[in-house]
Amino acid sequence: MLNSKIPPGKLEDKWTDYKGHVKLVNPANKRKLEVIVVGTGLAGASAAASLGELGYKVKAYCFQDSPRRAHSIAAQGGINAAKNYQNDGDSVFRLFYDTIKGGDYRSRESNVHRLAEISANIIDQCVAQGVPFAREYGGLLANRSFGGVQVKRTFYAAGQTGQQLLIGAYQALERQVALGNVTMYTRHEMHDVVVIDGKARGIICRNLVTGELERHFGHAVLLCSGGYGNVFYLSTNAMGSNVTAAWKAHKKGAFFANPCFTQIHPTCIPVTGDHQSKLTLMSESLRNDGRIWVPKKKDDARRANDIPEDERDYYLERRYPAFGNLVPRDVASRAAKERCDAGYGVGTTKQAVYLDFKYNLINKYGRAEASKQGIENPDTETLIRLGKEVVKEEYGNLFDMYEKITGENPYEVPMRIYPAVHYTMGGLWVDYELKTSVDGLYALGEANFSDHGANRLGASALMQGLADGYFVIPYTLGNYLAGEIGTRPIPTTHEAFEASEKEVKERIDKLMGIKGKQSVESFHKRLGKIMWNKCGMARNEQGLKEAIEEIRALRKEFWNDVRIPGDIMEMNNELDKANRVADFIELGELMCLDALERAESCGGHFREESQTEEGEALRNDDKFMYVAAWEYKGESNWQLNKEDLVYEEIKPTQRNYK
Amino acid sequence: MNLTLKVWKQKNKDTRGSFETFQVKGISSEMSFLEMFDVLNEQLIEEGKEPIAFDHDCREGICGMCSMYINGRPHGPWHGTTTCQLHMRAFKDGDTIVVEPWRANAFPVIKDLIVDRRAFDHIIQAGGFISVNTGNAVDGNAIPIEREKADQSFAAAACIGCGACVAACKNSSAMLFVSAKVSHLALLPQGAPEKKTRVMNMIAQMDKEGFGACTNTGACEAVCPKEISLENIARLNQEYLGSSFTSDKV
Repeated sequence: MLNSKIPPGKLEDKWTDYKGHVKLVNPANKRKLEVIVVGTGLAGASAAASLGELGYKVKAYCFQDSPRRAHSIAAQGGINAAKNYQNDGDSVFRLFYDTIKGGDYRSRESNVHRLAEISANIIDQCVAQGVPFAREYGGLLANRSFGGVQVKRTFYAAGQTGQQLLIGAYQALERQVALGNVTMYTRHEMHDVVVIDGKARGIICRNLVTGELERHFGHAVLLCSGGYGNVFYLSTNAMGSNVTAAWKAHKKGAFFANPCFTQIHPTCIPVTGDHQSKLTLMSESLRNDGRIWVPKKKDDARRANDIPEDERDYYLERRYPAFGNLVPRDVASRAAKERCDAGYGVGTTKQAVYLDFKYNLINKYGRAEASKQGIENPDTETLIRLGKEVVKEEYGNLFDMYEKITGENPYEVPMRIYPAVHYTMGGLWVDYELKTSVDGLYALGEANFSDHGANRLGASALMQGLADGYFVIPYTLGNYLAGEIGTRPIPTTHEAFEASEKEVKERIDKLMGIKGKQSVESFHKRLGKIMWNKCGMARNEQGLKEAIEEIRALRKEFWNDVRIPGDIMEMNNELDKANRVADFIELGELMCLDALERAESCGGHFREESQTEEGEALRNDDKFMYVAAWEYKGESNWQLNKEDLVYEEIKPTQRNYK
Repeated sequence: MNLTLKVWKQKNKDTRGSFETFQVKGISSEMSFLEMFDVLNEQLIEEGKEPIAFDHDCREGICGMCSMYINGRPHGPWHGTTTCQLHMRAFKDGDTIVVEPWRANAFPVIKDLIVDRRAFDHIIQAGGFISVNTGNAVDGNAIPIEREKADQSFAAAACIGCGACVAACKNSSAMLFVSAKVSHLALLPQGAPEKKTRVMNMIAQMDKEGFGACTNTGACEAVCPKEISLENIARLNQEYLGSSFTSDKV
């Protein structure tokens, strides 16, 4: 049933061979083929622009008021590429290996190798577009380090790499809009995929300004709609980020893979109270220069700066001397939770640890600057002053953001941080060509599952989004569309469009007809609490079983008692939210089911029943070396399909960052 | 703290809007300004009324979606801050806060505090890009870029396209926005080949969209959440004049 279509041959030759033999569409035929792209983040914008450049007729959709606002924009730290500009031993193989290992051996070798091969082209492409990456004084590109690796391969633009990359892709996209190759639909949300004779042939979407439902035809449909972290209510995702497009595709036959693989990012600003609407990330790049610690004494009430050096527990450096503060995210998050649960947390809620820059500010940057300026035997004050200026250049906007949110100055006192939901490795199942289990329906970027296994390494999401959009889909989509050159555009009066729109309309009518008492937001918060408590950083069988029952009850309550003010045929933000939350509730159940079924720990998925004596994640390769691809069979009913993961190049071992 | 809010309510672009007054109670100083609006909206839903529509998404000051004109100032009282990053410790118990949408002909109101900013996309379409198709690039280090230039380009590229500059300007000019994009690309060697046409086309589109003229009052720079500098406008003028004098087109 599941055919991942991995090309034959040696791992390092697969992509080259594939490209050499893939079917092509001639330029005249491209103009007759229409492609729908849902979502305009890094994956969507780069795909829409590149396909437009090739000559396809592209229609792109986003729910925001402009494609430039997709949540890729918020990515801070950087983008990886195997350029080896630093001469520090990097290579395509190392990037491939680090990614597979970081993902705890739950990703597909062939896809990850392709990603590593393409990574260098992405940087070149972005530079050509005018992305202002950080540079050294000699005018060449600068790099920094990220978690889970021992080389410097991360390219960045201060703390706003995502913005600069997305603006690059957005500009390329708008250029195609101006040329008439892409038609852009803003403030539109996809509500269904239209499938005709087993092939995706269009979408139903809602115009969020007028409330009207619209039908759009495409010879193929690309979902680039991002991840589903907002199922937890509190996450670092944007408020509007949602699973609806992917979920509708799932209900139309696309398998959902590894839904329980969620990434909890170790360095986020902690929750302060019930009013909290979202959590803010403090980039992983800060762990280059920040040291994480808690007091050695339980319930230490002293202020951070009053705790002497020898009474601080730099627990990551203690537990993982080889990688120190730069262990992968899942490891760092669990370690923070462990310290807080054991009673060593800091701040008013005791659910936080310190991220402290003072040491490197003084010793690394301060001393380097002093040396540059020829200051001999500088005192600490001078070092702090000099160091601050450099740190400001590297991370300035992040420090400012921290201060605005917390009212504390991180140059003076350590940041307080705690893990928060950040990214979802799971997503729609795709084959090597990024095609889902529905013909003609593709998933790119965070919306698919393929490259990050059970844990994503930092600065790899941007890499994957752009790899899929700029360099993979232009080839693989052609292979499909070459067989569609004879297919005339199907009129949207076709009965499948009719039926799909009717279904969407009925659901909206039903939601508006409930006229209950509780707000959409209150349901979303309750769902988030269930997910965070029972399907969050640590999971166990009993909790997951309870969560499934609770989510089912919540779904029932939602459909009986949600209150949505306003009308259908107008801009109605509450209705938009209700549609999304209804889907999150269903997804939440599947996530718990997947987490329950996977009775092993791997990467970000930590089953308490399966851990080593030292509390590390303990995989069970004999039983769980597969991708869990869930097939929708009706309400609360899924069938599990397994794609066995075969490692030809790498021998899976227990991950070791010590 | 307890607050009085005077908020612009407008059903859609075709109807007239007006201010309505609301009371919110129990607001903590740790909340963001938008979380205070969340509280108000939950309260309105509870009372069976329609919540206030406002644009927001990332809530970390980078997507450029949030856009409230607070007490006569785009994004409110804090310098270099978007609405979503403004926190309630900027206010005190008993304050009255007036909240309006961006006001500009080129940004028609869609509903309540939400405006249509597609005019900015149109300006980018007119030339805010480098014409390089995917796959055409040379190695990223093939052309070294002077660090100072790269930094200046980055500083201009930090624009989030929120439109606060337009909202603050008495003429609703989009000069700061356009100048940021022109500077970002003109400062880089990759942007050089299209330097002349880019600036001419973007300015022409800016005028076409109905943005006003720039009189150098600097109100835009003062409210810009990303602190985009007026120097960019100077650079834009330089680029524009240079292009006008040397263009082959009449």
